[in-house]
Amino acid sequence: MTSPTANVAAGCAAPDQSAPLPSSVDLAKETVITGIVRNADSEAVGGAYVRLLDSSGEFTAEVVSSPEGVFRFFAAPGSWTVKALSRHGNGELAVDAALGVNEIALNVATA
Amino acid sequence: MSRDTALVSADWAEENLETPGLVFVEVDEDTTAYDGGHIPGAIKIDWKKDLQDPVRRDFVNQEQFAALLSERGISNDDTVILYGGNNNWFAAYAYWYFKLYGHEAVKLLDGGRKKWELDARTYTKDVPVREKTSYVAKAPNLEIRAFRDEVVQAIGVKNLVDVRSPDEFAGRLLAPAHLPQEQSQRAGHIPTAISVPWSKAANEDGTFKSDEDLAKIYGEAGLDGSKDTIAYCRIGERSSHTWFVLKELLGHENVKNYDGSWTEYGSLIGVPIALGDEPGKA
Repeated sequence: MTSPTANVAAGCAAPDQSAPLPSSVDLAKETVITGIVRNADSEAVGGAYVRLLDSSGEFTAEVVSSPEGVFRFFAAPGSWTVKALSRHGNGELAVDAALGVNEIALNVATA
Repeated sequence: MSRDTALVSADWAEENLETPGLVFVEVDEDTTAYDGGHIPGAIKIDWKKDLQDPVRRDFVNQEQFAALLSERGISNDDTVILYGGNNNWFAAYAYWYFKLYGHEAVKLLDGGRKKWELDARTYTKDVPVREKTSYVAKAPNLEIRAFRDEVVQAIGVKNLVDVRSPDEFAGRLLAPAHLPQEQSQRAGHIPTAISVPWSKAANEDGTFKSDEDLAKIYGEAGLDGSKDTIAYCRIGERSSHTWFVLKELLGHENVKNYDGSWTEYGSLIGVPIALGDEPGKA
């Protein structure tokens, strides 16, 4: 039996960023942009605000990196920018995404 | 309403954490952030478990809302300061519920959890204990809530503001890009809706832009100040953020949030849908 809350419509908040991709996600159809936020000492940065900007620079989505620094977006093929704000500084990276999993490394540093 | 009555700054909040009569409430869909550390003295409301009806597809009714606030120890006289993650989306959603059920004094913490985090302010894991109250909720004020029939009739008549991302508006994405894209509803937007992503109203640190900038953004997007306005998104929380801007910060008179939003509209049989970046015709 499922719990009563299983019937409640899911909101728009981001799921657990470090959890494995759910089996319902079809990688033949999804364009996943994922990676780890790291600081200047190559340590993973949790709690960073990672945002996805479209090719015109418009905000598309934002997640908070997991304690392991992991973030994940479900986008579409094309040009995107991934940007991170954190207590340990900021950083950004341009991504040309294709169908399937696109892994990137995002480094943050104080200006 | 105005910025002075509807919003408090992080500095003000930090100075007033122990002021009697104030209740800080963290609201989110996923409350693990609260459990890992929250603003000292804040209690939590779980948007999904506490604010949604567990059976019907709707949010809590008048009695359920009163029972929730009584159980959490909030009284009718308290000033409630709401904040959360996700750029205050769910806090703005809760703000709209508090207004819908007639709570007098409720404010949003500008920037929410994000500004608090980026400023490296203090968190605690201590959960406060508040005595139960006998909260009385008023009958829902439907002047701020739109239902689907009114939305269909508003096509080409009222301001319809689609606050989702441009790709969701155009029909290129079906959900925000942090969620899987396989969805049951059709893609696109309500014909004649203007596209003003909620994020236009916020700075990078999650705080709201100035009144002057906000008025310019909606004016340039084609919002007609002489008409009534309905805001929508996918499930109604990002549009609560825009409802808050238009109604509470800019003081527009008749602004409604369509909480059914695209998950409902995009599943209706026979209603018109527009595709592409333009509003489309009625």
